[in-house]
Parts: sequence; structure tokens; C-alpha cells
Amino acid sequence: MKVLKKKDIVLVVIIFLAALGAFLLHELIGAAAAGSVTVKVDGEIEAVYSLGEDKEIEINGGTNTLVIRNGKADMTEADCPDKLCVKQRAISRNKESIICLPNKVVVEADSKENSEFDAVAN
Amino acid sequence: MKNRAAYFGVFTALALIFSYVETLIPISFGIPGVKLGLANLVIVIALYKIRPGEALLLSVTRVALAGFIFGNYFSIIYSLAGGLLSLAVMALLKKEGGFSVIGVSIAGGVSHNVGQLIVAMLVVETFSVIYYVPVLLAAGAITGFFIGILAEQMLRRLRNIQF
Repeated sequence: MKVLKKKDIVLVVIIFLAALGAFLLHELIGAAAAGSVTVKVDGEIEAVYSLGEDKEIEINGGTNTLVIRNGKADMTEADCPDKLCVKQRAISRNKESIICLPNKVVVEADSKENSEFDAVAN
Repeated sequence: MKNRAAYFGVFTALALIFSYVETLIPISFGIPGVKLGLANLVIVIALYKIRPGEALLLSVTRVALAGFIFGNYFSIIYSLAGGLLSLAVMALLKKEGGFSVIGVSIAGGVSHNVGQLIVAMLVVETFSVIYYVPVLLAAGAITGFFIGILAEQMLRRLRNIQF
């Protein structure tokens, strides 16, 4: 008995094409190096930091700690149980992000071109 | 008719046990939200063996119970979004016909991840989670494939049992 039917294979092909498309789109957007990171809490922009200077930032009243070093931003501490955001790798490219769902914290990297104007000193 | 309640209880218990077994498996794929989805095995079988309404009730009951026991408020919302979308898609494909159990399960695995991603987007109010789409699509297809193989084998052995 044949296990996979024709429609199954069409379905799988569509899924992997969609995955490939999303991947290429992400590669395209992420091609530019990021110049700054935007910190959002609960959808509101809290602050924008330049990736140019090394810094340690307490986010959301201390629930998360973000460290900027060597042009990369990395979440080093979080008070949530699973610590998925801490496990994520450091970000340095355009539109990369670190997300801490329990604390609703999003750290998003932006490209150099549009970051110069809205970068603020802490 | 009174047997239906008993069978429903057995399905619920099975789904809950699979949720528990899943928490014991220390497989970390390194990507948030990617897991085997063992409990979906019970849901897929329920879809083929009991009424659609009962499968829906089973899915919701499973998520609520597993959420309160093993998870938290957040995991319930994510699981519910994933579970409901996945069940809807699977029921649709099954009704449409032409798909094997494995195909239905693959669609279920993928839509489970898509449902969770949509909630994640709403919660953090950002589109940056799009970054996870390729990984979650592929992961959903792969786990759905394995769950589908298991479900197919089980359904073959359950063929003579009517609920």
C-alpha cells in the first residue's frame, strides 16, 4: 500500500516552498548590518541603543538584562522560567530580534541607514 | 450511548499522558516552540475515530488540563491557538479527501506552529517573529510526518474498534 498520496506530496512541496520563500526574504532583509537596537516592551518602544558602544542595559525594570558588546546585542539574564531569550544567539544584523514572550520584551536590530537619526543616548 | 463518555475519558487521559511524556523528553531543538507534539497523535486518531465535535472538545480539554498541570497562563494561550488552528486545518483536509493520515498530520503540525506564531505576533506586537517562519514550517512538517506515521500504524490496528 502506498503510504503517501499525491496530494500529500503537493502539500509538503508547498510547505517547503513557503519556508524557503520566508528564508530568502529574511536573508534579503538581514543582508544589511545593523547599527542600533530598539527595545520594545508590550509593543511600546522603550529605548534605542547604538550597537557601536559596549553597554549593559536593564530592561523592563530589571526583568531582562541586555548586553551590547563588539557590535552585537545579547540577552544575558531574564527572570522568566524557560530563559529562551537568553539561549538565543546575539543579534547584529538588520531586523534580527530577541524576544522574551513572558515579559513581552522585544529587542530588534535596525540597519545603519535609518538608525542614525533616532539613536538616543541613554 | 453511555460508552461515549467513557471513551472520551480514555482519549483525554491518553492525550494528557502524552503531554506529560513530552515534558520528560529533554530534546531541545534550540528553537523556541519546536517540540515533538506527541499529544497530537491522540488528536489525529480522535479525528479519525470519534465525532468532529468530540475531537474539538478533546483538544480544548487536553490543552486546558495540560496547561494547568505542566504549563502556565502563556502556554495555554499558545497551545490553544495552535491546537484549534491545527484541528481546523486537519478536519478540513480530511473532509476534502485525497490526503493520507500522514498528509493530514503534516498539515496539522505546520498549522499548529503557525497558530502559535500568530499569537506570538499579537502578544509582542511585532513582525520580527517572521524570522522563525522557515524553521517553524519545516519543523512542523517533520514532526507532523513522524506523528502521521505513528497515527497511520495505530489506526490500522484500531480498524476493527468502533467508538
